[in-house]
Amino acid sequence: MDATFFMNVISAGLLTGLVYGLMALGLSVIFGVMRVVNFAHGDMMVVAMYAAFLLYTKLGISPVPALPLVAGLLFVMGYLLQRLLINRFLGATEHIQFLLLLSLAIIITNIVLMVFGPDARNIQLDASFESYSLGPLILDKVRVIAAFTAGGVAMLLWAFFRYTTTGTAIRACADNPVGARVVGLDVEKLYAVTFGIGAACVGAAGCLLLLLVDVHPHLSSDYTLLGFIIVILGGLGSLGGALLGGILVGLSEALSGVLISPSLKSMFSFGLLILVLLLRPQGILGKKP
Amino acid sequence: MSLLHDRRAQLLLGLLALMALVPLAAGDYLLSILITVLIQAYLGMSWNVMMGFAGQFSLGHALYVGLGAYAGGALFVHYGTPPWIGAIAGMAVSVLAGTVIGTLGFRFKVMGVYFALLTIAFAEFTRVLFDHWGWVGASSGLFLPPAANASADNLWLLRGSATMFYYVALGMTVAAFWFSRALLMRRIGYYWQAIREDQDAADALGIDVFRTKMIAVLISAAMTSLGGVFLAFFNNNLYPESIFSMHRSIELILGTIIGGIGTLFGPILGAVVLTALGEGLTILGAHIGIDGVKQIAYGICLMLILILKPGGLWPWLRSRLGLAGGTR
Amino acid sequence: MSDNATSLSASKSTISRRQFTAATAAGALAASLPLRSARAATPLKLGVLLPRSGHLALIGQACQRGAEIGLPMLRDMGYSVELMNADTESNPDVGRTQAEKLIREGANMLMGCFDSATTLAVAGVAEQKGVPFVVNIASEPKLTEQGFKYVFRNFPSAGMLGKGGLLLYKDIFAATGVTPKTAVLLHINDSFGMAMLGGINALMPKLDMPFTIVETIAYDPKARDLSIEVSKAKAAKADLVMTVTRLNDAILLVREMVKQQVETMGIISPGAPGMYDKQFFKALGKYAEYCTTNVPWFDPTQDMAKTLEKTFEKAFPEESCDLNVGFTFEAVLIAADAHKRAGSNDPQALSAEAKPVFPMPPFKGRT
Repeated sequence: MDATFFMNVISAGLLTGLVYGLMALGLSVIFGVMRVVNFAHGDMMVVAMYAAFLLYTKLGISPVPALPLVAGLLFVMGYLLQRLLINRFLGATEHIQFLLLLSLAIIITNIVLMVFGPDARNIQLDASFESYSLGPLILDKVRVIAAFTAGGVAMLLWAFFRYTTTGTAIRACADNPVGARVVGLDVEKLYAVTFGIGAACVGAAGCLLLLLVDVHPHLSSDYTLLGFIIVILGGLGSLGGALLGGILVGLSEALSGVLISPSLKSMFSFGLLILVLLLRPQGILGKKP
Repeated sequence: MSLLHDRRAQLLLGLLALMALVPLAAGDYLLSILITVLIQAYLGMSWNVMMGFAGQFSLGHALYVGLGAYAGGALFVHYGTPPWIGAIAGMAVSVLAGTVIGTLGFRFKVMGVYFALLTIAFAEFTRVLFDHWGWVGASSGLFLPPAANASADNLWLLRGSATMFYYVALGMTVAAFWFSRALLMRRIGYYWQAIREDQDAADALGIDVFRTKMIAVLISAAMTSLGGVFLAFFNNNLYPESIFSMHRSIELILGTIIGGIGTLFGPILGAVVLTALGEGLTILGAHIGIDGVKQIAYGICLMLILILKPGGLWPWLRSRLGLAGGTR
Repeated sequence: MSDNATSLSASKSTISRRQFTAATAAGALAASLPLRSARAATPLKLGVLLPRSGHLALIGQACQRGAEIGLPMLRDMGYSVELMNADTESNPDVGRTQAEKLIREGANMLMGCFDSATTLAVAGVAEQKGVPFVVNIASEPKLTEQGFKYVFRNFPSAGMLGKGGLLLYKDIFAATGVTPKTAVLLHINDSFGMAMLGGINALMPKLDMPFTIVETIAYDPKARDLSIEVSKAKAAKADLVMTVTRLNDAILLVREMVKQQVETMGIISPGAPGMYDKQFFKALGKYAEYCTTNVPWFDPTQDMAKTLEKTFEKAFPEESCDLNVGFTFEAVLIAADAHKRAGSNDPQALSAEAKPVFPMPPFKGRT
């Protein structure tokens, strides 16, 4: 195994990690503001992937241009879910919230199963089999596209929270919900917007992931778990942390796969999670609670 | 208060007598459903000690189920060790695992959702580990040889008919119920509840919070692993991907949350309700004939129960039956 | 279809290059079964237990199609079968209670369940109740090593799959005139993958294969992408890539190999599913052509197989009439045939008549 081999592996790990990171961003946003752990996260992503699949097969819109559409759809879905269902459970204990979102996940997974059937679906773009060659380095084209789009979406999100009034108001809610109410902010509405934004991130990530993996209804629980590992690593509620966590998971999977055994690689992600939980429970970039 | 004069105790004894007589009348279908109910209730009660009594949220109890199942199963396959001896080994391993998780979690102040995720991480870590461990069959699974004579019940080796397994499961459930009740009535039970309600206040009162929480984890781990031994001998085959799966951890806690967390009878009621719901919806789903309808209806029912009775069904039913007051 | 050719040949292994063309079909026919003229008075109630929801829904629903599509054909052939369908939800516990329920509701025989854990749970019930149980697909060798009296299987075990697969390699090498010296083996790390690996490792020296396996790479069944696995395989610089896959991972693997520009003499699967599926061709397009696989298949030259394929094509133009469909259809056929010859629904008679189909006839390679 020579240096170019490792460079190839590391770059693949980095690129995949960025997309993982984008997927986890939504989870992080929702938890950071509302303290709700979204156990239906992976299911929302599967919905997004099927939406992108339909847009491509029925209307010929490929996933990257379809991204705003799918994100918009997921925003509406998230907004309504928060307004109609999750809002009344905001103060509930963790296990009740967990069970609520779990039952939501069961419902979504099986609706998807009923509508689309159990087969794995994928889309074929011309780029699907192409790769860039940079000297000895071979970079998978769709992975590069997905990773850069993921980075772009993350920047947009950061700018939203930093520079817009709504973004600032949401941050105020996250820091002090009571105070936010006192100064006259419509906290319920802001929460719904936040849930919508979280869902929209998941939607964006779903579009990009469709370029990399095939979608089937039972993909969801794996991605929910993966999302959790990433946000805990990076720090729940931290945007940069989610991206960093994604990259860390991507890299650790790549390196452990090469150095030890690929079938053991998920063990290393969990090992990393345990380590971070113990040494820095708030995550690498998380704020102290 | 004497047990026999308590209305609740009378009801319980009546129910127990009924359950003991069931195999005389029930067919194998009903029996196999009841075994499912009992084992679910047993595992739910084991989890309840940690979550319901002491307030420590574990989402990785499949870890202890799997450790018990593999300890009992592998010792039996390799050395012919009887399951009851294997169970001791299983409990020892589970207690050890519980010690590691509890110590790390509590010492490093990992709490709430974070603690739950820590338990998932350990369970998944162990799953992948067992997938690669040849002595227990790795991912090809471990198979317990079936009894040479299927009709002869051997309680010592746990080889025999469904009726025998039914009584074993019933015995385990009754013992767990009695044990949970005894725990709650003791000082440790009150300490746990104090910690569950307000850990800082409990600490201020001079309760050794770390030690008290650890005891809950260890008892819960040991009880759960015994359930794992039962599952290994009842199913006769073990695969890491199913015994350690997160799906199992979730299934294990559903009944208790639905029935009423922290109550004695909640896990039993929850197991009965969920199994009945599952079977009922299966029949309904078979009539409709679309795959997945059953699970959608199941999810909606779970959600409805949560919205209508967030505290669980048993506290509500208890007051309807006029059994309110006193202990749980 | 005449009455004396009752068995759809279960165990032919055909080698595929894109489509399973009749030209590659093996000549062997499963032994024709002697027929008694006895007619059963009441139809056979066959309990069908398949994972139609849950994580195995994909395969379970394919099997279900196989069970149902053949019913009119079986009726034309003079069999009387009624299916009692149950969904195991990919969960052994559900499988067990559903089996009990089907038996209570009068199932004379059971058929299913695809995955080994559920199949074993149902086998326990069948054995205890003395109800014959035909296993459609489950390659777990332990299944028939347990000494069950009422359990029958038409699907080859993993060892047989591997042996048939490896033997065909030699034919391919002879036909192409190219013989690789080294190979890398990529396999899924689940019960099926491990059983196949065991079979292949045991057979390699026995069959005196011309190449050595220089590296074995196991991957997690839950793997989301296989780029690292493929990088590792590429680094091994072997002449030949051997794969033991299921469907989704087969697609991932091949796509990744194309992207990473892996140069190899060929990708050959020694008897694992994945590369024959319609999905595989749809997903990979022209790249699917570069793969060779070899799986147990129904003999496509037989009339019955042709009828089955035609009927299937009409009913499910989107789906592929694959191994799951074929073997499930055959399992129903075995049950129906046992019932017809036994002339009753008596479990003893049924299981006595179900036996001749098992053990399955040996593998035949193409010449």
